[in-house]
Amino acid sequence: MPLKILVTAKRVEDPESKIRVKPDGSGIVTDGVNYKMNPFDEIAVEEALRLREAHGGEVVVAAIGGEKQQTELRAALAMGADRAILVRHDGPLDALVVSALLAKVCEQERPDLALLGKQSIDDDQNQAGQYLAARLGWPQATFASKSESLESEAEQKKLPGVVVAAGGKSARVVREADGGLQTLEVQLPAVVTVDLRLNKPRFASLPGIMKAKKKELKELAAASLGVDLAPAVVVRSLAEPPRRKGGVKVADVDELWKKLHEEAKVL
Amino acid sequence: MSNVLIVAEQFDGKLRKASLHALGAGQQLAARTGGALHVALLGHGIAEAARGLAGFGATVHVADHPALAHGLAEAAAPVVVQIARDCGATLVGAAATAAGKDLLPRAAALLGAGMATEVLGLGGAGPAILFRRPMWAGNVVAEVEITTPVKVFTVRPTEFAPAAAGAAGEVRAVAVGIDAAALRTRSVDFQVVKSERPELTEARVVVSGGRGTKGDFKAVEALADALGGAVGASRAAVDAGWAPNDWQVGQTGKVVAPELYVAAGISGAIQHVAGMKGSRVIVAVNKDPEAPIFQVADYGLVADLFQVLPALAERVKASR
Ligand SMILES: Cc1cc2nc3c(=O)[nH]c(=O)nc-3n(C[C@H](O)[C@H](O)[C@H](O)COP(=O)(O)OP(=O)(O)OC[C@H]3O[C@@H](n4cnc5c(N)ncnc54)[C@H](O)[C@@H]3O)c2cc1C
Ligand SMILES: Nc1ncnc2c1ncn2[C@@H]1O[C@H](COP(=O)(O)O)[C@@H](O)[C@H]1O
Repeated sequence: MPLKILVTAKRVEDPESKIRVKPDGSGIVTDGVNYKMNPFDEIAVEEALRLREAHGGEVVVAAIGGEKQQTELRAALAMGADRAILVRHDGPLDALVVSALLAKVCEQERPDLALLGKQSIDDDQNQAGQYLAARLGWPQATFASKSESLESEAEQKKLPGVVVAAGGKSARVVREADGGLQTLEVQLPAVVTVDLRLNKPRFASLPGIMKAKKKELKELAAASLGVDLAPAVVVRSLAEPPRRKGGVKVADVDELWKKLHEEAKVL
Repeated sequence: MSNVLIVAEQFDGKLRKASLHALGAGQQLAARTGGALHVALLGHGIAEAARGLAGFGATVHVADHPALAHGLAEAAAPVVVQIARDCGATLVGAAATAAGKDLLPRAAALLGAGMATEVLGLGGAGPAILFRRPMWAGNVVAEVEITTPVKVFTVRPTEFAPAAAGAAGEVRAVAVGIDAAALRTRSVDFQVVKSERPELTEARVVVSGGRGTKGDFKAVEALADALGGAVGASRAAVDAGWAPNDWQVGQTGKVVAPELYVAAGISGAIQHVAGMKGSRVIVAVNKDPEAPIFQVADYGLVADLFQVLPALAERVKASR
């Protein structure tokens, strides 16, 4: 059974970039900051591609954002996604708005599976997939992982971690829960959000990048989808947390022990 | 009426300690808004855990049903919504555990509510609550307002004191009407990470190893055991398969704030530091004097972890 998969690829600040708050607390300094696809979404795209390689079908990549968000959609196309949808919207978003727009895209596209990252590394909310599942009335399997490590043979073979049953009616997902790994079986269509240990994403190849330029990237105006675009989670101000001050270097274990025992009194 | 509902968690019939910290946040919110405090517990065979929620001045709602046994968000979210509506809650929260982060956003969507994840503290004045929460791996703390009538949140347990003792509080059984056959999620397996050691997020001491261990966690574990502590790991060590997922400390792993945190062979990337910078005392052992971990460590030792950790473990044992 071929699978149709919708996967998201959000544009975020590069995790390697230094993030500083503007003096008036109204936002972050964007000078010198690089942008890339949310690292969790790279894992989601990789998983979508592996599922297509295993079952056939189509991978549609979607995102909500401004014009620059095209770059990350092209990056997903370069990895191998078939086509892209950009829901054009400038301005702040929250999970209510993102999930309402993605739900519209899902209603149009009717995927078997929606794959999202577990969290955006800019707002760190960890919400959009769960909101989307609730809106669609679909089951959810969050924080998808694998029992094997990323150095294992299964990973070398680039097999999907999400196991879709023959017939394409259900999928098994190993997820990171409190205190262990839980395996869920969800009926499709379902929402799956991915965690770090699900796979190692591939790099785009040069031919992949060339091909991506010719693939379809459709734009939809968010305002045309009949969704309330006013976010309900409104950032009032930003601040940098108090920095921890570095302490002292000690010469050896004896001195370390003394400091911990007599000065810090933790041992 | 602006009541507060905290969704507590249990595992295997035992109340999770993190929930008492969430209940502590609930007490603060109820005091600010003048509302009543409610707490919900969902699961199956949870009478003992429910007793652990009495005595904090909250009405306890117990939803006991076989379909709630495995913590499936699809089954639990509508029950949370039902309880929130019954008790007139406009603030609905839980601890920022994996379970809380799975369930609460789904419930929030059903309530048409905006949500704040990993709340560190409360701002604003009186009943007008602003939620302080981390963004960009804790590089930034934001104050956010939620404008929907119902506001949903998860709190970082290390940032809120556990609930203070209060009145006994009424215990109510919730009438749960789940059609188990209609559920489209099924739990087929749970591989528990068993450990004799204290829970990572509750331990007084945490000893963590990184890529510098080159896969050999023996010295890290031996020091943790000498100190009666828990073992943690960097993402690099977990990705390599040297440590279970459950041990990862950081932005996307566990957030810990022990009395003593020992980072061995960990460079100190911002994503790691985000999960341990609230520790009272931080010790770093790293061969590289330029490693960024030394910028957050109270005591740094530039040395080989394979020499330092066993020697420190000996000193600890000798002092007993
Ligand atoms: C989206 C995202 C999320 C992330 N989430 C997390 C997270 O939650 N937690 C996390 O930890 N990381 C996270 N990371 C990864 C993080 O950026 C770093 O890559 C990771 O923390 C590095 O792990 P490390 O310090 O063990 O390895 P390295 O950076 O390779 O450091 C190893 C250190 O060991 C030292 N060393 C080597 N040998 C010895 C020895 N014999 N004795 C003493 N010292 C020695 C070296 O000098 C070096 O400083 C995340 C990254 C991304 C992009
Ligand atoms: N604007 C967006 N465009 C595309 N995907 C998004 C957007 N916002 C959130 N997502 C997806 O939702 C996941 C969780 O995001 P969050 O709830 O913001 O932490 C991310 O990993 C993305 O896959």
